[in-house]
Amino acid sequence: MSAHVIKNLPLDLLPERRWATVCDVTIPATGVDHELVLRLVELGFVPGERVRIVAEGIGGREPMAVRVGHTTFALRRHEASFIIVEPHP
Amino acid sequence: MAEAALLPGRIALLGNPNCGKTALFNLLTGSRQKVANYAGVTVERKEGTLRTPAGRTVKVLDLPGAYSLNALSNDEAVTRDVITGHSREALPDLLVCVADATNLRLHLRMVLEARSLGIPLVVALNKMDRAAKLGITIDVESLAQHLGIPVVPTVSISKRGARGLEDHLDRPVPARGSSSWAAQGIEEVRRTQQEVLRIFRATVKEPAVDADPSDRIDRLMMHPFWGLLVLGIVLFVTFVSVFSIGGWLTGYVESAFAWLGGLVEGAMDEGLLRGLLVEGIIGGAGGVFVFLPQILILFLFILALEGSGYLPRAAFLLDKPMSRAGLSGRSFIPLLSSFACAIPGIMATRTITNWRDRLATIMIAPLMACSARIPVYTLIIAALFPGQPLLATLLMIGLYALGIISAMSVAWVMKRSRPTSERSTLLMELPSYQWPDTRSLVIGLWERAMIFLRRVGTIILALTIIMWALYTIPSPRTHAQGTPIERSLAGEIGHALQYVFAPIGFNEHISIALVPGMAAREVVVSSLGMVYAMEGDEDEVGGQLQERIATEWSLGTKLSLLLWIVFAPQCLSTFVTVKRETNSWKYMWIMGGYLFALAYLASLVTYQVTNFLTGS
Repeated sequence: MSAHVIKNLPLDLLPERRWATVCDVTIPATGVDHELVLRLVELGFVPGERVRIVAEGIGGREPMAVRVGHTTFALRRHEASFIIVEPHP
Repeated sequence: MAEAALLPGRIALLGNPNCGKTALFNLLTGSRQKVANYAGVTVERKEGTLRTPAGRTVKVLDLPGAYSLNALSNDEAVTRDVITGHSREALPDLLVCVADATNLRLHLRMVLEARSLGIPLVVALNKMDRAAKLGITIDVESLAQHLGIPVVPTVSISKRGARGLEDHLDRPVPARGSSSWAAQGIEEVRRTQQEVLRIFRATVKEPAVDADPSDRIDRLMMHPFWGLLVLGIVLFVTFVSVFSIGGWLTGYVESAFAWLGGLVEGAMDEGLLRGLLVEGIIGGAGGVFVFLPQILILFLFILALEGSGYLPRAAFLLDKPMSRAGLSGRSFIPLLSSFACAIPGIMATRTITNWRDRLATIMIAPLMACSARIPVYTLIIAALFPGQPLLATLLMIGLYALGIISAMSVAWVMKRSRPTSERSTLLMELPSYQWPDTRSLVIGLWERAMIFLRRVGTIILALTIIMWALYTIPSPRTHAQGTPIERSLAGEIGHALQYVFAPIGFNEHISIALVPGMAAREVVVSSLGMVYAMEGDEDEVGGQLQERIATEWSLGTKLSLLLWIVFAPQCLSTFVTVKRETNSWKYMWIMGGYLFALAYLASLVTYQVTNFLTGS
C-alpha cells in the first residue's frame, strides 16, 4: 500500500477548498433520491468535471457550497454523498 | 395540414433561472407588460408585447425559470406543460431559449432538450458583455452550426442589447414539427451532457484563470461568522432605511395631505360631500397613501438584493438554523418576500420542492410583518413614544422579531407534530454576483407602486367610504344616546363587538375598524383617522390622530393592538392565495384558526398584565 494512492471518496467527505474530479455518480434505484441524482446530473455533475467545496455551513459541514464549472450550488451533505470524486494531489 | 412559413406572432422565453431571462423580457417589452397582481419572483404568468423593427406587434410570454423539463418544482411543471402542449396555453410560434454566455456549460443542456420539442427555436446568448469582460470568447456562428439552430447574442442590461433578437423576429420561422420530447432518464441525460461538453469545447474559449470575482466575494459572504455578520448588517440597513428615509419622506406627503384637506375644507360649504371628501377620502384613505415611500424603499431593497444574487447566499447561511425549526434555507427567500407582502411570498414557495417544507413555509408566511402593517405599527408606536426615536425603533424591531420568532416556533411545532423520515432538500444555485439591472428595478418598483395605489384607490377607499357612511347614518334605535358618532350605525355595531373585544382592551372605534381590516389591515388606520377627523375641530384635520391615540388610549390598549396586528388573521387575499396554492380549504382554515387564537391570546395577556402592572 502506498501513501500516494488517493482514494475516491464521496463529495461530502472532500476537504474544503481542495479541487477534485468527478469520477462517478451513485444512482439510487427509485424515489426521491433518484430524482435528486437525475437533477445533479442535469446540473453538470458528470464524470470529468472539476469540483471544489467553496464554503461550509456552521458546524457539521452542513450545508456545503460546491463549485462546478461556472456555477456554485448549495447542497446538503446527503445530496453531495451521491457524487464520487477523486481529489487532486 | 402543411403550414407555410410564417412570421412569429407569439413567442415564449425559456431558460434556466439566473440566465437574465426576466431582464431580457423587461428590455423587450418595457412597460407594455400584463403582469398578474403580484410579481415577486418570476412565478406568475407574465406576458407583454413588443414591436419589431419592421413594426409588427409580437406577444412575449415569460416562462418560469427551469433547469430541466424533468420538473421537480411546480414552477418547472408550469413551464414544461406550456411548451409540451399540456396546458390551456397555445403553443408559441417561436421559442426563445435564453442561455447565459458566462455559464454555457450549464445552460446548453436546456437548449438541446428544447430542440426535441418541435417548436421553432432560437437561442438568445445573453450576458455577452459580461462574457467579454471575463475573457470568455464564443464562436457564435460555429455554435449555431453545431446546434443547427440560429443563435443571436443579446445584452439584456443595455438599451439596444436585444436588437439582434428583434431583427430575428421579422424573419419567417419554419413550420412547427412534431415533438419527440420525452422525459429523460439518467443515462440519456448523461449522453446529452457529453454532447453539451463536445459543443462547448468546440465553440467556447475560457481564460486559464477564472476572472469571476464571485468566489472571492463568497469567502467573506459565506463565512460562518463574517457572512452572518454581513447578513445582519444588510437586514439592519434595510430596516433603518425604511423607517428613517421612508419616515422622513412620509412626513412630507402627510403635510401635503393636511394642506389639501384644509384647502378643500375652506373652499366648500359644510355638508355631506365635504364630510366625505375631507374626513373619508383625505383623512381616511389619504392616511394610508402617505406610507407609499416606506413601502417603495422596502421593495427597492428586496428587489436589489434579489437582482444581485445575494439572497441565495443568505439562504445558505440560514439553512442550518432554519433546519432546527423544521425548515430549510429554501424557505428564506419566500419568507423575506413576505415582509413586503405575504401573497408573493406564498407564491414564491412554488420553488420549494419538498411539500412539507412548502406547507410549513406557507403557514408561517403571514407572521412575517408585511408592509401593510407598517402604517398601523408606525402610528401606534409614535403615539406610545412621541419624540423618542430610539425607543420607537427598538419597539419596532421587537415587533418584527416577535413575528419571526413566532413563525419559527410554529414551524417547529408543525414538524414535531408530524414526524417523518423524509429528508428536506436544499440543492440550490448560488449564481454569480452582479449589479442589479436598473431597468428591472425601475419596472419592479413601478409595478409595486401601481399595486399599492390601486389598493388605496379601490379597496381601501371603498371600505373607508362604507365606514364613513356607517358613521354618518344614524342608528334606527331611537333610544340611543350620546354623540352623533355613538348614535350612528357604526357606533351600534362597535358597541356590540365590545363583547368580544373589550377583554383585550379595544374600544368601539378599534373594534369596528377591525372588521374591514380583514380585507386590508391599513383600514384600521384610515378608519380611525376618519373617526377622529369627524370628531375633531374643524380646523385640524391632519396629524391629530396620533395625539388622540396618545392621550385617549391606555397603555394596555396600545400594546394590545400592536400584538393583535402581529398575529391576527388578516387580509382575505392571503387566505384566497393559501387556498389556491395548497388546493385545500382545510389548510386555509387551520391557518386562520391558529392565527386568531394566537392573536386573541397574546392581546388578552398583554392587556390584562399591563393593566395589572399599571394598576388601572
